Amino acid sequence: MKRRKVDLKALPGKAAEEVDTRLPVATPLRSVLNKVFPDHWSFLLGEIALFSFIILLLTGTFLALFFEPSLQEVRYDGSYLPLQGVEMSRAYETALDLSFDVRGGLVMRQMHHWAALLFMAAIVVHMFRVFMTGAFRKPREINWIIGLSMFWLGFTEGFAGYSLPDDALSGTGLRIASAIMLSIPVIGSWVTTSLFGGEFPGEIILSRLYILHVFLLPLILLALVSIHVGLVFVQKHTQWPGPGRTNKNVVGERMFPRYAIKQGGFFMLVFAVIALMGGLFQINPIWLFGPYEAAVVSAGSQPDWYVMFLDGSTRLMPAWDIRFLGYNIPPLFWPTVVLPGILSVVPMAYPWIEARWKKDKGSHNLLQRPRDVPDRTGLAAMAGAFYLVLTISGGNDIVADKFHISLNAMTWAGRIGLLVLPPLAYYFARRLALGLQQHDREVLAHGVETGIIKRLPDGRFVEVHQPLAAPDEHGHTDLPYVGWTVPKKMNRVGALGPAIRGFFRPIEQPAPPRQEEQPREEITTGKH
Amino acid sequence: MSETNTQVRDAAGVDLDNPNLTRFDIVREGARRDGVEIVHYEPQYPPGSRGERRMTRIVAFFFLLTGIMSTLFVVAFIWWPWEYELGPHASKYYTPILGLTLGLALVGVGLGVLTWGKKLLPHEIAIQERHDGPSSAEEQKLTGTTMQFIGDEMGLGRRPILKWSLLGLAPLGLAAAAIPIGALIKDPHHPDILFKTGFAGATPDNPIRLMHDDGTLVRPEMVSTGGQITVFPNIPGGASNHHADSPTLLIHLREDDAAKLNQKLYTINQGSTWSSFVAYSKICTHAGCPASLYEQQTNRLLCPCHQSQFLITDNARPIFGPATRSLPMLPISVDKEGFLVATGDYKVPVGPAFWEKD
Repeated sequence: MKRRKVDLKALPGKAAEEVDTRLPVATPLRSVLNKVFPDHWSFLLGEIALFSFIILLLTGTFLALFFEPSLQEVRYDGSYLPLQGVEMSRAYETALDLSFDVRGGLVMRQMHHWAALLFMAAIVVHMFRVFMTGAFRKPREINWIIGLSMFWLGFTEGFAGYSLPDDALSGTGLRIASAIMLSIPVIGSWVTTSLFGGEFPGEIILSRLYILHVFLLPLILLALVSIHVGLVFVQKHTQWPGPGRTNKNVVGERMFPRYAIKQGGFFMLVFAVIALMGGLFQINPIWLFGPYEAAVVSAGSQPDWYVMFLDGSTRLMPAWDIRFLGYNIPPLFWPTVVLPGILSVVPMAYPWIEARWKKDKGSHNLLQRPRDVPDRTGLAAMAGAFYLVLTISGGNDIVADKFHISLNAMTWAGRIGLLVLPPLAYYFARRLALGLQQHDREVLAHGVETGIIKRLPDGRFVEVHQPLAAPDEHGHTDLPYVGWTVPKKMNRVGALGPAIRGFFRPIEQPAPPRQEEQPREEITTGKH
Repeated sequence: MSETNTQVRDAAGVDLDNPNLTRFDIVREGARRDGVEIVHYEPQYPPGSRGERRMTRIVAFFFLLTGIMSTLFVVAFIWWPWEYELGPHASKYYTPILGLTLGLALVGVGLGVLTWGKKLLPHEIAIQERHDGPSSAEEQKLTGTTMQFIGDEMGLGRRPILKWSLLGLAPLGLAAAAIPIGALIKDPHHPDILFKTGFAGATPDNPIRLMHDDGTLVRPEMVSTGGQITVFPNIPGGASNHHADSPTLLIHLREDDAAKLNQKLYTINQGSTWSSFVAYSKICTHAGCPASLYEQQTNRLLCPCHQSQFLITDNARPIFGPATRSLPMLPISVDKEGFLVATGDYKVPVGPAFWEKD
């Protein structure tokens, strides 16, 4: 009897050959393995959003196994004693069951909520990074638009999710949403009644929000995320200027193994942070709010943070009512419909606006340091100040309460601040950027400040500078600025290494001190 | 370290069958053919060095941490008491323990994998050429002409009847849109839901009584002077969300405040108060939140959502914040049996403003 010998070592090669015969992947696969990615911490901000989105899909699927988006009235009979016997909707009941009667349900619910907050936060910070470094410029305008759309989709998705449990807070939020829809001129009342299936709240709204929240919006988001990441892949990532880096190449490391492994590790860390927050930090304790009742509200009702800027704009809006011929545009329309409209369209057009403004139609793969584009940095600061004033105003009742300020004073401070602070922020950020540019030029021309003060024979004091290259007869160096960090400290130019490199003890033991023997000799000679 | 001029190397090429080639030589050749130049490649620690052994131990430690924490997670998940108990109880720690063990397990994987990748794998610098920018003029012409030719093949330019008949397809789009729009659309005016509340149908002869949210009817002596309560129409489901526009604030004004109000009463509100009692809609005219924070001293109602403030001694006129309209007043009275009643519906629509609401 002869047994066929299986060569285990040749097995993977053989299998790969079999695959390649059927589907020739060798060439495309290798080009993926070898694809070069540039690396910088600021490129990871978007990844946080991507990873949070994956966690949202995972935890959300779990929640959907137990949640029922129904406004059918039931009497609560679950484990949470304080609410037993209370009339509530089936949606609120199942949300309570998820928190108290499903093993591990609460940690999943809280992880889902924290992941949603992190998702939006990562999107905002990532967007600022992309804006301030000019990564949105040609040829990446489409990805900038997709990113902005994802912000608004994420916003809607988050709001729909926030509304589902039908607790007091989410019902109040939904009521405001219905008022916002009502405020749209001409079609407002039709839109509202059509969406709610009649008068607020009706019986159908949760089912509609549910299909939006678990199917339609995640599907669109998933498609846009894929296109967004796919375009980064195809167009290749932007990179910072630096040695050997040009507009026509990518300097970094190949995707496999090191880059991919770092991504995997980072995903696990994002997941870890969300798990820790989901377990340790309470969020949206719906059992304390009680079921939604149209007549009940409490002070200090704040929406999720990414909705607060619109809440703020609504609070700051003066009571300007437009009435004519028996028709009416309520003041609610401007801060909640018109403002978001402007905030989505203008940034989308910005890449073309800037190209026109700066007369720059070229393709850019090298990023810009914020200081090198003072106008854009100023605009970013301006937008940031505008957003910040609105967000703080979204919680101005809390600020007023905690700091004993009059609520009306907070509103007025917000109204004035909204007009005054953004221009100031523009001015100061622009000056700051110009100042930093100036300092870069100074270091390139005169060298790094050493901190050593020298007294000249005539009594003057001068600071000694370390030139970055051989200086000319005036002590100046004529170094060009390349768009990347200029060393500003002596240990950046290799003068001083880090003192201690190990965590608990120095990796390198210090050399045995040479002086130890000499003083001894001196002492002995002294005694003689 | 290597040639930067890829053209030169292309010409030279590498004989893949050369037995002297190391595996890395082949990898580098593959990368070169993908337009990737590996210009720097060196291990972070010499193989077998103390530093490398230390990093290996750190990775192993993190993975061990993950093993331990995951086990603890499973043990806690199964055996830790998790069912809710009132008061201090071990079950209160269930969620924190799950989060902590799961989080630390993931921290272990994350840091282990990161240390592995960042410290144990060789450090490299690779350069890849970008091939972006427009396609060559030749390519553009070939594709462009192909697309134009497709247009020619369709022959719309030559066959005008076809062009016009395409218009005939437009109703198909309408048909597709008709179903979702037609099914969803709901006329807000027939029935006139936005202009009516749960008090609709009340008349001076056939009033609707006011009730608490638990269904008990309301007598004037239930509200102390200067006090306020929330009341609902005494109809089936009157206090439920089916009548979300009906919650009403019943306020017992102090005598002098009542006099102040009666002096200033709008024409539309004439006769709506009873004694020193006044009833306003609780639904804010701005965004529909319950405007329920009652400042007894200043006689103001504050809406906690956007801080509109209404002066109850002056027809609940908005005096601060984004609201532009007074809270509607419910005409009230007291029936023969001494219960407070609504003698009619609100005379202006309750709640947030909209286009058709003058």
